Amino acid sequence: MSWQVIDRKTVAEEKLGPGLSAAAKEKVRSYFDRFPTKRAAMLPALHMAQDEIGYCSLRAMREIAEILEVPPSAVSDVVTFYTHFWTHPRGEKVITVCRSLSCELMGGKKILAALKEKLGIDEHETTPDGKYSLVTEECLALCEHGPCLLINEKTHKCVRLEDVDEILKDPDNDKVTMPRSDLFDAPPQA
Amino acid sequence: MPYDKVLMKNVGVPNSTAIQTYKASGGYQAVAKAFGMQPGDIIDLVKQANLRGRGGAGFPAGLKWGFLPPDRELTYLCVNADESEPPTFCNRVLMENDPHMLFEGILIAGYATKAKVAYIYMRGEFMEQFHIMQRALDDAYQAGYFGKNILGSGYDLDCYIHRGAGAYVCGEETGLIESIEGKRGQPRIKPPFPAIAGLFHKPTVVNNVETLACLPHILTRGVEWWTGLGTESSKGTKMYCVSGPVNKPGCYEAPLGISVRDLIYSDDFGGGMRGGKKVKGVFPGGLSVGILRGDIFDKAPGGAVDPEKNFDELDCILDFDDPRRYGLLGLGTAAAVVVPEDADIRDVLLNIARFYSTESCGQCTQCREGTTWIYQIARRIHAGAGRPRDLDLIAELTFSMGMMPGLSICGLPDGAVYPIRTVVQKYRDEFERCIAEQPAGFVEDHIERINAAAYDLPIRDGRAMTHLAGTMHELKIRQE
Repeated sequence: MSWQVIDRKTVAEEKLGPGLSAAAKEKVRSYFDRFPTKRAAMLPALHMAQDEIGYCSLRAMREIAEILEVPPSAVSDVVTFYTHFWTHPRGEKVITVCRSLSCELMGGKKILAALKEKLGIDEHETTPDGKYSLVTEECLALCEHGPCLLINEKTHKCVRLEDVDEILKDPDNDKVTMPRSDLFDAPPQA
Repeated sequence: MPYDKVLMKNVGVPNSTAIQTYKASGGYQAVAKAFGMQPGDIIDLVKQANLRGRGGAGFPAGLKWGFLPPDRELTYLCVNADESEPPTFCNRVLMENDPHMLFEGILIAGYATKAKVAYIYMRGEFMEQFHIMQRALDDAYQAGYFGKNILGSGYDLDCYIHRGAGAYVCGEETGLIESIEGKRGQPRIKPPFPAIAGLFHKPTVVNNVETLACLPHILTRGVEWWTGLGTESSKGTKMYCVSGPVNKPGCYEAPLGISVRDLIYSDDFGGGMRGGKKVKGVFPGGLSVGILRGDIFDKAPGGAVDPEKNFDELDCILDFDDPRRYGLLGLGTAAAVVVPEDADIRDVLLNIARFYSTESCGQCTQCREGTTWIYQIARRIHAGAGRPRDLDLIAELTFSMGMMPGLSICGLPDGAVYPIRTVVQKYRDEFERCIAEQPAGFVEDHIERINAAAYDLPIRDGRAMTHLAGTMHELKIRQE
């Protein structure tokens, strides 16, 4: 029946990946009073899954579908549209390099090439030790500080070629010292 | 020109995101004044002030609010903080430094439109800014500026920050609405316009961050002050961004109507080019409006404006109407990126073509295919295998997509065709020179390697052969 969602076990159990914790599920439900429909909590839920698991696993997507009372295909639909959602595990730190015109004119291409060479990976790949993933983004809206890059949440501005080594060596290169709101749970520290 | 900053008055002030700092600088007085007025009067005031939207289209905000049906029960206010247009960052500067100014604007706009819930749609890349905003929002809630019965006026407004996840098209108002609803951010067919059936099929107002931030100042300082600033058609003050190889890239506030030359060379703004280089061209209002020729060209005799001829165009005035005389889309976001004289124009074309082809949402065929094909042609030219016909082909493609010929749902392809068309038209000589300097035989030898996907069909004179009448026969012959 098309209106019923039947798990036909087409995906092996071990390939579903980890699921959401009970606390995260509760937090997703806490978003319901913000919107008149349950489906509108989709993006917050996926952000939560990504913060907790590291990517949007199939199991998490199914669980979100169950909580939001939508078919799992609807969740998959959304995940595949937005570039920030990962459907496979990513590195511990994700380096996002801006490739907009202002950053490119200021030397963004060289920074990207240097990062590729130093990490030994291409765009959208993860280092074998699982430490870094490298992606590009169209614009980080930091154009006056170009070329810029983002490591997890931390922005690195006016990056020069000789800074790349230093940034990669720094163990705290992804730590932000922002005053956080109580409403937003920080991603678990690995 | 010294100018008393209004929108950016707290930028650079220590601890500027705290509610106390904002209140000390006269904050949250406008909202108290607004609650003493009737919602309709505020809309009339904004109409009088002729506040035009700062997000790019320049649509008058008061008119937009006037479209709401009078007998509505529930209105939503969406704040467009999905600032994805490269190289725009004025909203980021505002949110980083003065979130309460935005919140005050939200309160005034919400009261004027009788909104019950406001959603701030922030782009996913803004992580640090999200933390600042969420923290400030908590403070504002605690101080009683959001929630039930705000300041004893009997008006309720809830405000939530909604994070996007990286999609340029979600800056389009219906795309933004779809995204908040938890769907793919694909723009909707209009009509119905959001003012009639928007978010959750209820009347909705979508306004840019900077537009809302102007509201408190219009209320406290009065319409006369606002209309005294700016030019004939464009009133008020605007945050200008300048980036690229200038001495002082950054965000600067000025009344509307400064020239591009001032923005780059004046010490109050960009402070001149780095290393004394000349300007090859400048995208004066975000990429989507198109490019202006820089001062590597000669000045037009007598100050004549003719986008067809190779003259210096830096005297363009940055208000809502003047850029149109130079063949551009409009003011856009007033964020200039300067292309220096030593940059390769093929790199610029490749960058903008790639941007629009990756950010097209894929709903409309003309946009999805058109931007992709332009990107493939740009890659071909960039790789050194361009043909003279390619430039005409790009120009032809840019006339066959977009909202203006009525071929797409949203304005993204219009934003794509203006920069691409103007780059190809205004720098045609350079492209032709690059193509003429290509080594002979390069095209034929390397065609497969460079761009195999684009060459599945045999190309003759810059066109896929099946597009020409009677070529299926030729296709067969070539395959044999």
